[in-house]
Amino acid sequence: MSLADKDRIFTNLYGFQDWGLKAAQARGDWDDTKALLAKGQDSIIDDMKASGLRGRGGAGFPTGMKWSFMPKESKDGRPSFLVINADESEPGSCKDREIMRHDPHKLIEGALVAGFAMRARAAYIYIRGEYIREAETLQKAIDEAYDAGFIGKNACGSGYDYDVFLHRGAGAYICGEETALIESLEGKKGQPRLKPPFPAGAGLYGCPTTVNNVESIAVVPTILRRGPSWFASFGREKNDGTKLFQISGHVEKPCVVEEEMSIPFRELIERHCGGVRGGWDNLLAVIPGGSSVPLVPAEQIMDAPMDFDGLKELGSGLGTAAVIVMDKSTDIVRAISRISYFYKHESCGQCTPCREGTGWMWRVMKRLETGDADIDEIDMLQTVTKQVEGHTICALGDAAAWPIQGLIRHFRPELERRIAERGEAMAEAAE
Amino acid sequence: MPKVTVDGQEIDAPEGATVLQACELAGKEIPRFCYHERLSIAGNCRMCLVEVKPGPPKPQASCALPATEGQEIRTDTPMVRAAREGVMEFLLINHPLDCPICDQGGECDLQDQSVAYGRGGSRYHENKRAVTEKYMGPLIKTIMTRCIHCTRCVRFSEEIAGVDEIGALYRGEDMQITTYLEQAAAHEMSANVIDLCPVGALTSRPYAYEARPWELKKTLSIDVSDAVGANIRLDSRGREVMRALPRINDDVNEEWISDKARYQVDGLTRRRLDQVWVRAVGGPNAGKLQRASWEDAFDAIVKAAKQGGDGSIAAVAGDLVDCETMFAAKRLLAELGSDKLEGRQTGLDYDCSSLAGIAFNSTLAGIESADAILIVGSQVRHEAPLINVRLRKAAKRGAKIFLIGPEWDTTFACEFLGEDAGLLHDLPGHVADAFKDAARPAIIVGPGGLAANALHPALVLADEWNLVRDIDGEAWNGFNVIHTAAARMGAVMLGYAQKGGIKDVVDAAPAVLLSLGADAVDYGAFEKSLKVYIGHHGDAGAHAADIILPAASYAEKDGTYVNTEGRVQFAEKAVFAPGDAREDWTILRALADAFGVSVGFDSFAQLQSAMIEAVPALGEEGIAPLGKLPKGKKTPKAKGAIAYPIADFYLTNPIARASETMQRCSAELVHGDEILEAAE
Repeated sequence: MSLADKDRIFTNLYGFQDWGLKAAQARGDWDDTKALLAKGQDSIIDDMKASGLRGRGGAGFPTGMKWSFMPKESKDGRPSFLVINADESEPGSCKDREIMRHDPHKLIEGALVAGFAMRARAAYIYIRGEYIREAETLQKAIDEAYDAGFIGKNACGSGYDYDVFLHRGAGAYICGEETALIESLEGKKGQPRLKPPFPAGAGLYGCPTTVNNVESIAVVPTILRRGPSWFASFGREKNDGTKLFQISGHVEKPCVVEEEMSIPFRELIERHCGGVRGGWDNLLAVIPGGSSVPLVPAEQIMDAPMDFDGLKELGSGLGTAAVIVMDKSTDIVRAISRISYFYKHESCGQCTPCREGTGWMWRVMKRLETGDADIDEIDMLQTVTKQVEGHTICALGDAAAWPIQGLIRHFRPELERRIAERGEAMAEAAE
Repeated sequence: MPKVTVDGQEIDAPEGATVLQACELAGKEIPRFCYHERLSIAGNCRMCLVEVKPGPPKPQASCALPATEGQEIRTDTPMVRAAREGVMEFLLINHPLDCPICDQGGECDLQDQSVAYGRGGSRYHENKRAVTEKYMGPLIKTIMTRCIHCTRCVRFSEEIAGVDEIGALYRGEDMQITTYLEQAAAHEMSANVIDLCPVGALTSRPYAYEARPWELKKTLSIDVSDAVGANIRLDSRGREVMRALPRINDDVNEEWISDKARYQVDGLTRRRLDQVWVRAVGGPNAGKLQRASWEDAFDAIVKAAKQGGDGSIAAVAGDLVDCETMFAAKRLLAELGSDKLEGRQTGLDYDCSSLAGIAFNSTLAGIESADAILIVGSQVRHEAPLINVRLRKAAKRGAKIFLIGPEWDTTFACEFLGEDAGLLHDLPGHVADAFKDAARPAIIVGPGGLAANALHPALVLADEWNLVRDIDGEAWNGFNVIHTAAARMGAVMLGYAQKGGIKDVVDAAPAVLLSLGADAVDYGAFEKSLKVYIGHHGDAGAHAADIILPAASYAEKDGTYVNTEGRVQFAEKAVFAPGDAREDWTILRALADAFGVSVGFDSFAQLQSAMIEAVPALGEEGIAPLGKLPKGKKTPKAKGAIAYPIADFYLTNPIARASETMQRCSAELVHGDEILEAAE
């Protein structure tokens, strides 16, 4: 079981062909988009629901359902907006970047179709500040689409007016959180908003807004063209479709690859990455969904299906499917400590547990790297992560807590060993 | 009305209430730092966590969660307790715990709540964070290491004050609260952030290390720095007023006061008149003020009055005096056969025949709901900062606000129509249209407008636009006047208003002029009169006086004040007046004895009842009956460029002028640019 080339959505993922409009049209993009729009808003949303597409940004919320929360008509004259989250900052993730630089028209067409379905006035693409070339490419692609009449007034001849704006972020991880992204887009300090109200009720400039990941939007036109049942035919139940996996770390050939959902981990690595460096016996642990999900030790992950529910059962998550593979040469404590530093650095500072907790956790992790701690402090660290998790406005607190919880759950003996070793060394030195 | 259960107790929460408010209704105390009733909800301190079903299986921030039908709220479960203890621990790990040297000690939310939710000891063995101090001006002292990032101060300056002065820099644990480029917070209400700060990060600079809250005697008083009559609490130790704090009164000042109301109190101990002075006539010291006894002073007054003949005495009331003082003087003058009483020191002579015609009829709270407002000649930020706050609220709700007068830096959306008062007779079409369409139209005439004869033209407009109306059974009177003197409305009620203003008094050329703390009078016009200054500060009035009788300030006497709405309020005595100074009414009572007349009262209580008998409205706290809004006269027309009377917000009265803090504010916040320029 493996995805056949004919079933790939992203046919120019590696940039072997030109990204421009002509080449994109040759690959099937913008092919009678008018007809897609002619299906009507409700029918598009129904198709999306039927396709089983779950949000590709990490949380895995069903995309069709999300769209259906948008108001069917504006009662007070407020327009609706689609915001596309291209602030891909999760350590390990690099899929949206490939889409935007090699297949931008898939995203723009998706933006039109999705925006049309949710009756949005315009789409804002919030792109990560560091993605300079990607932003350039995407902007050129947007200009091409405007010039060709695919977006703008009377988009694709459908009679629907629709604008697409590109906005560059300034490089804060937290601005990938949907409400912080909206704040940032409005020109404010990027801090997550309280929910409720949810963006579908009051989002960008107080108007109904849906925030979707780049990949979720980019797959929409293909799903509609080939039919929801085609898309749903991949993957296990409730984990439908194809997905871009981004494998990094200690594999022979790290890569971004479109694969069927629920592909077993071993098959994914063997088929596309040339196997784990030093063989499967050398595998230590895997972070299967980007830095914010707990790691999974080798023996549990090897034959696990790579999808939302399969990884949830292992106490982790699919996240953005940014698979970080670590072999036995990895200093696992240092790796998690570095992730802790990342979250300490990226916490917005708005709410107490995350602002104070991330710094505390990182400092303890830093000491645990060398074993400069008491055994008790492992438990204390665990309670601190629990004090942060679930007590914050946004999910960054959870994301900071989970990697450490994963480490303690699976590698506690390693932590204790370091503490004991250092203790012995200190005792010896003291003599 | 959603029905919710709080810890098993079923209650009806009001529509739109949050879970926190529902819990409070049920009598449950919810700890909080960032939540404040008058600010927007931030939900960032995470202290108010409760368990709510239905909902995710984790504690929810109750301040931000709307109460909905059928919610089951628990505030007492182990999960809730653990969550709050966790948040408290996080707040404390980087807090310096320097309570023994912290001015907030004793009135600190963090201190109080750590008693309930703090651990016995610390588990945090890393280094604590330290943050550099930020400069926020002469009033606000910062010790930012103590900051818990509740952002109340940020929200106050953005939402209430309407200036983007305070904000947060950086992120995560490096987040810092500061003013823009560390400039001084220059808004007239800036010091309210000191009250709002739940910890000792923002404290009062002039009050630093002065006293502990439990050492202070707390007296309920009324602010006299403007005519709003903000409700304040004077905290005193011994004979000194240490600080003034706002009291909550939603009808008047909500829970804010202006910086002047808060910080002029240090002027109460400086430049005080504490003994009797008489200007020498003849001899080597001729023309100089000499110390004298009360008897000598009284004799001189009586002698001069007798020389002038019957009734040749007049009284001018200052801006800060209470009604009792004015009544006592009025009674004395009546016994001596005079009714020459005036309060409008600077020569204004607007029509005082109707109280409603010169009052803030819509009420301060009511102006918030106005949907079209025309302001004629008022720099509201200087003349009544608390009304400015209300206007900002009205504008945020969508009120259209138009102003006539020189442009000033408003904190709300508005349109300046021009500087000439004559515009009242020739308003642009869109303004008139806005008022014709308005459901709750309002006009505000300020002192600049009164000076330009705008009162009657404004009354004519009030009639034309139908400002007095009935809105669904609720009476609405949108005609408003802003006064600047705390004594003004009381003075008018007691008859301190001659038809021609103070000119009538000048024309009467009284032999004796009693000046009840009047410092803005042009005393040159009273060259022939014996000028007796009964007041508390050595200011302009005392300089011009022939006889100075030391009296009590608002903090040193009980008294009744009437604010610009016509709201009667009562202030209590906080401390004793210094030296030989006496409460004003006792001076007037003794003077009556010197004259050999009887004024009919021997105690303050008798004085008050006599006053209430004469003007019953002064006996009841609340808005006095003001009568019907009079019809405006078509002539004379308003004309001329409007000028605002207040040039320096911080130095408008003798107490403020004597205050070191207010002088510093004036030097830095009003004249700072000039000083910088001079330094170059």
